[in-house]
Amino acid sequence: MGALFTKETQAIFWNNNASAIQRMLDYDYVINRSKPSVAAIVAPTSNNLFEKFFYGPDEIMIPLYRNTADAAKAHPKADVLLNFASFRTAYDVTMEAIAIKGQFRTVMVTAEGIPERLARKMNQAARDAGVIVIGPATVGGIAPGAFKIANVGGTIENIVSSKLHRAGSCGLVTRSGGLFNELSNIISINADGIAEGVAIGGDRFVGSVFIDNLLRMQNNPQVKYMVLLGEVGGTEEYKVIEAVKSGKITKPIIAWCIGTIAKHFSSGVQFGHAGASANADAETAAAKNTAMAEAGIYVPESFNDLPLKINEVYNKLKAEGVIGEIEEPELRKVPSVRRAKQFICTISDDRGDEATYAGYPISSVATPDTGFGIGDVMSLLWFKKRYPKWATDYIETVIKTVADHGPAVSGAHNAKVTARAGKDVISSLVTGLLTIGPRFGGAIDDAARYFKYANDNGMSPKEFIDYMKKEGIPISGIGHRIKSVRNPDLRVSGLKKYAAEFFPATPLLDYALEVEKLTTSKKDNLILNVDGTIGILMVDMWRALGYCEKEIDGFIDAGALNAFFVVGRSIGFIGHILDEKRLGMPMYRHPMDDILYNVEKAEEI
Amino acid sequence: MAQRAIREYDGKAIFAKHWTKYFSGFHYGFKSVLVTSGAELKAKAKEHGFEWLSQEPLVAKPDMLFGKRGKNNLVLFKTNKPGDVTLDEAAAWIDEKISKTTTLLTGQHGTLSHFIVEPFTPHTQEQEYYISATTVGEDDVLFMSAEGGMEVEEGWDEKVNEVRIPINMSDADMEHAIKANVPSDIPAATRQSFTSFAIQFFKFYRDMNFAYLEINPIVMLANNEMAILDLVARLDDTAGFMMGEAWGEIEFPTAFGMEDQSPEEKAIAEADAKSGASLKLTILNPMGRIWTMVAGGGASVVYADTIADLSGDVKDLANYGEYSGGPTTGETKFYAETVLDLMTRHKDPKGRNKILIIGGAIANFTDVAKTFTGIIQAFEVYAEKMKAHNTRIYVRRGGPNFEKGLKDIKAAADRLGLYIEVYGPETHVTDIVRMALAK
Repeated sequence: MGALFTKETQAIFWNNNASAIQRMLDYDYVINRSKPSVAAIVAPTSNNLFEKFFYGPDEIMIPLYRNTADAAKAHPKADVLLNFASFRTAYDVTMEAIAIKGQFRTVMVTAEGIPERLARKMNQAARDAGVIVIGPATVGGIAPGAFKIANVGGTIENIVSSKLHRAGSCGLVTRSGGLFNELSNIISINADGIAEGVAIGGDRFVGSVFIDNLLRMQNNPQVKYMVLLGEVGGTEEYKVIEAVKSGKITKPIIAWCIGTIAKHFSSGVQFGHAGASANADAETAAAKNTAMAEAGIYVPESFNDLPLKINEVYNKLKAEGVIGEIEEPELRKVPSVRRAKQFICTISDDRGDEATYAGYPISSVATPDTGFGIGDVMSLLWFKKRYPKWATDYIETVIKTVADHGPAVSGAHNAKVTARAGKDVISSLVTGLLTIGPRFGGAIDDAARYFKYANDNGMSPKEFIDYMKKEGIPISGIGHRIKSVRNPDLRVSGLKKYAAEFFPATPLLDYALEVEKLTTSKKDNLILNVDGTIGILMVDMWRALGYCEKEIDGFIDAGALNAFFVVGRSIGFIGHILDEKRLGMPMYRHPMDDILYNVEKAEEI
Repeated sequence: MAQRAIREYDGKAIFAKHWTKYFSGFHYGFKSVLVTSGAELKAKAKEHGFEWLSQEPLVAKPDMLFGKRGKNNLVLFKTNKPGDVTLDEAAAWIDEKISKTTTLLTGQHGTLSHFIVEPFTPHTQEQEYYISATTVGEDDVLFMSAEGGMEVEEGWDEKVNEVRIPINMSDADMEHAIKANVPSDIPAATRQSFTSFAIQFFKFYRDMNFAYLEINPIVMLANNEMAILDLVARLDDTAGFMMGEAWGEIEFPTAFGMEDQSPEEKAIAEADAKSGASLKLTILNPMGRIWTMVAGGGASVVYADTIADLSGDVKDLANYGEYSGGPTTGETKFYAETVLDLMTRHKDPKGRNKILIIGGAIANFTDVAKTFTGIIQAFEVYAEKMKAHNTRIYVRRGGPNFEKGLKDIKAAADRLGLYIEVYGPETHVTDIVRMALAK
């Protein structure tokens, strides 16, 4: 394995750190990435489904999940976790991510001050699972021109001036995050920029150490030489020395350990990071600098001379032909003024030559020769999916079945009364539609909801009936005024016959029919009625189409089932309204003898 | 921070709190008190449960994080012969110690203030053992020896057995490893007890998030009665958020001999605690010539390194510190005023001018112009004093809005008649140190 990240790398960002994510997306846009580098966000306490971000001048939506497992499942290719949890939870977040087999290749942990024992456990678990941990206590890393972690590199202006927008030839590894930028800048001034850079983190126990990163860079053909900025404390630099001596690392390394000041002060003053204090002579910055120089690593006289050393090695490699010229890529510019959009539309688009329904131009779905029916159009605009024919036929069957039920039902009656009051089609239609709810038409929703709930929770038909009785709720979708076992509702028979023939499976209908057996054994007319059959079969349709139970619950909660009834019955209502207009019927007044008057004089208080 | 030393008394208190859970089959009396004066000790002796202070012979010693108290002659265990120290004698000894400066063999000096007082435990050298645990590299290591006390430190390699315990080792393997490595010179009669104690000791060390835990000596008396005669402990304070209850009231004292923080350092530390940003200040030499005001932890280290390297005399470096994490203008002003005030208190002994380094790497997202506003406000207050010390100011910074920041600070210094040179990211981060010293 060579490079840490590529231009295809996508991350799951744990914690909705909007400003850091925006910086990543700005970078993505500038360097012409085809996909944003953040695929999803884990926001454990948010109820939102997505967060809007700018992508260049436009806005995009990045989905939000409540936990890493869900995000990973939905984005199997996102193999980087950017763990921005606090020091209290960062360990748990990392462990959970490591446990998701085959998902994450790299986990970056930003929190500073994770308990040392937990950090050690976490790092070990990652090593065992073959996952690279960057951090804890780091700003992360960057593969210029490909993928940038969160805040690395600072502003876009600095990124471009430090040549972090395209790959150079240096591999950079530092402990300090604050000096990472500075080193990138030094390398851009004195050489041609970096090919890959990682700030390993300032805590005492970090996941990937200098040697891990340098060995990877040794195998990355883009990296021609490495710069290592170490620190007083610890012995990690000696592993690098060993690798150089044994020939595992052959590319030139320029290195310096900061913290030479510490030798002047016996104890008490903590210079720099938690990991930065020397417990033995070998751990002092001076000893490490000497040892590295002796091993053939390029070590400057002082930190102040580091740029000269980098320039010297770069020029040498360039003269040798190891490093060539770099072609500067075209960059896109992020507009300085951007406005967040007030509305979002994900179903249709009228900006092109021709308006589209979920990506389908209207002309491609409208005429009979296209083969699209109204069911197809509804599946496109309501569910953003192209449903198979058996499903769109079912939708159309439902629409046709519910289109009307005579003038006496309350919705039709309202529409007729309003039309007779001289109101227009829209007003009359709306009064009819406004009656649709829990008592009129709402049975479709409730039947689907309750039967599904019982079925999901493994209730037997008897348990379901007992449960509803205990709750004091009549079972929606069961019972008819006139129809009964001996006098079946032919609309229901038709729907059942269609489903039996064309649905891949009808588990919820099968369940409902078991319930019906019990209810009709008590009373002949407690049959599964047309509302119940429609709602239940709709659930079966969605299941067969591959939706998960949560998505189906979402449809029911959003009122999608009611919506089928609204569309269908609007046809009938409009029929009744036009009928009234055609007949020129006068204003309707309800006969007084049909009203029970029972009015007493109001009591004085 | 990370690993921090705690008092012997607090370490023993943690043992006592969890003893029955971890050390079943062993007994520990936890007869210890921590006092700061003889009077406090005498008052303690009147409390219920502390009758032993007036009934038993005592041992008293300072409890202030430093070791080798025996060699420093700071353990009171005899007046005429071992085990004859009375309450009154212990109190008088403590009062004598707190009334004067004590200098250790290492040269550290200061006034003793905290003492641990315990009963004298008669025992034989054979009953003393050594046990400790810490982290070495990535692993935990348990050290055990059949010899305790001062002897163990001489001839460490021959006398001490060590067991490496990787973080992912199972309890069964850990117990097996400890059993297999118990020193062979531990007598058969106590071998089983010691092994059992060592295993429980390791679990206790691990579960309590100690970074270092040493008992030297641990004394095994009759009937598995354990006496912890001397204890040194460091806790991983980052685990504090989950160990609060287990640790109890715990204090992380400053090392003995470290001069107490100056009022200025304290004030900055307090401001730091209240702020979301990071503000740090350590005065290294109040008479120093070169004062720094550096943004960022890593940058502050390289500036200190470079000043020490290039000045040729580390005493020139007056302070160490940093501000980072987006301090407010008010916070930056306060920080700058504190540094400027310290800088203008003393004339340079050699009559040279003062150098003020306002340094920093390229900021990620700190608005440079905004932080410089606070520094400029402090200049306005201290301009006259700075001039009186012939202060030369060198600025180097990059990051968001740095052009404006540099322009503003230059204009302000010029207006106030202060000497200033300003540089941006095109200049190497520490090169202003070279320039300042070259002049």
